[in-house]
Amino acid sequence: MIYFDNSATTKIDPTVLQTYQTVSNDFWGNPSSLHNLGDRALQMLQSARQQVAEIVGCQSDEIYFTSGGTEGDNWVIKGTAIAKREFGRHIIVSSIEHPAVINSARQLEKLGWDVTYLPVTKAGFVTPESVAAAIRPDTVLVSVMAVNNEIGSIQPIEEIAKILEEYPTIHFHVDAVQSVGKSLWSHVLPERVDFATFSAHKFHGPRGVGFIYAKRGRQLETLITGGGQEQNHRSGTENTPAIAAMSKALRLATTDEAQKAAHELALKQKLVDFLSTLPDITIFSPLNANFAPHILCFAIAGVRGETTVHALEAEDIYLSTTSACSSRSGDESSTLKAMQVPEKLATSAVRISLDDANTDAEVDQFIQVFPKVYQRFQHMNRR
Amino acid sequence: MKYTEITVRYGELSTKGKNRREFIGRLNGNVTKALAAFPDLHIYPKRDRMHISLNGTDSDAVIAKLSQVFGIQNFSPSIKIEKDIEQMKTTALQMLQEQVPEAKTFKIDTRRSDHDFELDTNQINLLLGDAVYDNIPELTAKMKHPDVTLRVEVRRDAIYLSSRTIKGAGGLPVGTAGKAMLMLSGGIDSPVAGYLAMKRGVEIEMVHFFSPPYTSERALAKAKQLTAKLAPYVGTIKFIEVPFTEIQEEVKRIVPEGYLMTVQRRFMLRLAVKLAEQRKGLAIFNGESVGQVASQTLESMVAINDVTNMPIIRPVATMDKTEIISIAEKIDTFDLSIMPFEDCCTIFAPPRPKTKPNLEKSRFYESMFDGEALMARSLAGVKVTEIHSHDEFLATDQIDIQSVL
Repeated sequence: MIYFDNSATTKIDPTVLQTYQTVSNDFWGNPSSLHNLGDRALQMLQSARQQVAEIVGCQSDEIYFTSGGTEGDNWVIKGTAIAKREFGRHIIVSSIEHPAVINSARQLEKLGWDVTYLPVTKAGFVTPESVAAAIRPDTVLVSVMAVNNEIGSIQPIEEIAKILEEYPTIHFHVDAVQSVGKSLWSHVLPERVDFATFSAHKFHGPRGVGFIYAKRGRQLETLITGGGQEQNHRSGTENTPAIAAMSKALRLATTDEAQKAAHELALKQKLVDFLSTLPDITIFSPLNANFAPHILCFAIAGVRGETTVHALEAEDIYLSTTSACSSRSGDESSTLKAMQVPEKLATSAVRISLDDANTDAEVDQFIQVFPKVYQRFQHMNRR
Repeated sequence: MKYTEITVRYGELSTKGKNRREFIGRLNGNVTKALAAFPDLHIYPKRDRMHISLNGTDSDAVIAKLSQVFGIQNFSPSIKIEKDIEQMKTTALQMLQEQVPEAKTFKIDTRRSDHDFELDTNQINLLLGDAVYDNIPELTAKMKHPDVTLRVEVRRDAIYLSSRTIKGAGGLPVGTAGKAMLMLSGGIDSPVAGYLAMKRGVEIEMVHFFSPPYTSERALAKAKQLTAKLAPYVGTIKFIEVPFTEIQEEVKRIVPEGYLMTVQRRFMLRLAVKLAEQRKGLAIFNGESVGQVASQTLESMVAINDVTNMPIIRPVATMDKTEIISIAEKIDTFDLSIMPFEDCCTIFAPPRPKTKPNLEKSRFYESMFDGEALMARSLAGVKVTEIHSHDEFLATDQIDIQSVL
């Protein structure tokens, strides 16, 4: 099996799973319990938080554990809107955000907020100028993702941060879900960023756990109220095994991060070099420093993305139509649509998403198998 | 800069006449203990200063430890060189170059005890001053309050150069003022009181009252952890845990609510005094601050102090809470102190304690039960442990935790 769908999810690392199990067995107390079992679990929780904070480069009270990327995005968007409703009801998001951001914004729109959806260039980038132009006196939030999940474009977070230096009260949120393990930390988390969302299963951690970075002193309304966990900002008994496992997964993902990213880039290079030789192929994720090393989005003219996915699946190669989250709905990619890619081409797009664990041999095998699929479709197209 | 020696200047003890020898001996012992982790050092205590040869040990690590030892006014890391004029010149230039651009003015200050050296004090001053003037244009000479003073000492064995003077912890060497008991609750004030006691040379032993199940193991661990925080100033500190449950229950049963606190405190003080007597302590230290809480009004102090003639020293008596907190932060006990565990002072705290308890009434209520027997039982259950600065009591599971993260 060749797994090229790592932006959809990654396989849990065996040692991370081991951590999950050990913590489930040996630290299973409720961290809020006063007795020794609770204290032991609390120490685990705090140490996991400390480790995450050290890797992110912040204080441990700036890390809040969540159930994953979707919750993190929902929390920051809606939590900001509610917390700052007296100061303004205008938010700015890019039009290529993950649905967790877009649909949170849409929900706010229904409730009376104004939302600006920033357009992107044909190549798939938000421009800092468009951010500057969209800012109004009542703007309370700018949310732009670090790495686009469909085509891998790295958004100009540093430049947007520079613009927002002049608007210190606007919350700046970065959905960083796709950026972990790609050696992009300084790029996606400059000082001006107030909030960032992360999800464990994108870096070989377990499902159902993630975290947000929330800068000290920034106001964010609580969405999940209850027993007061996570400094009273996100209630619910802490998922200690998953949190510890995520902390470990994050440590592993950020160890030798640059080498891993370089390895993925070399694989991507090989794939791009190969695909470029085929006339009916359009590549949306070129090889340059503005694109993440692990995502390669391309389309075969006239062949629906779904068809390509299934044809390669028959060869035991797993990739996906642009974003796994929305691929079942059959819509064309929202990122490609925002890039004004013609609908017919957009519905043909598929995404390869690589990981450090992918090998040269796997890429070679893909290169060997792919022409068969490609030629078969060419026959179909001619008829 | 790679320093080869550290010269330590004594604090107030230089003025202490006849006891001088004892003070120096004690300081030598404390410094030796504080620097025990560095086996290559040689420590030479002398009459007017202490001399430490680093023998290749990293000077920054030694400096960090040394700055915590009481009884040291200041110290200077220095470089020992041969009695060679060229070498003296290059080393002096290197040392001053390091302080540029922060420093703008300099002075050369030479002492010469070896009168056979070819240059005299003034000649050395001139020679080095000229060299600096020629080679480091950023620095200008200034005799009064220069930014940096380069000290040159020409001795029989070698020349010593130093340009930094680091402030020591001050105070007196711990142990020179005798031994006392510190009543350590776990709050913010008592560790600060302990620190200040040590600063004046007092060797302290911690007396901590604990009342399971009304207080938790965690509260006890916290008190021990606080003790570990204070240990670097002396090496090790004895921690005495005194079981207090039975006394508290009896007091609660018999004494009217308004006097609960006063009578409890009288028992605590009596026990601390008895321990001091057993252990050759000369006084009791505590973290009381006048008027801070009901038990710390002057009236309360009268009613509580009534049980003993032993001196009770309250180092933070006249400090504001903010002043106490700033010391607690400096000595890194604050974050521990504010961890929320019940301690023996907060349990059974009556909602309306008497802020002006009556001495006669306090004595009367106490006459209603057999205090001596209660105290005897408590003292029989006393446990003493010796606590080192590296001991860990709160984060006990860290090895397990780090192995899975």
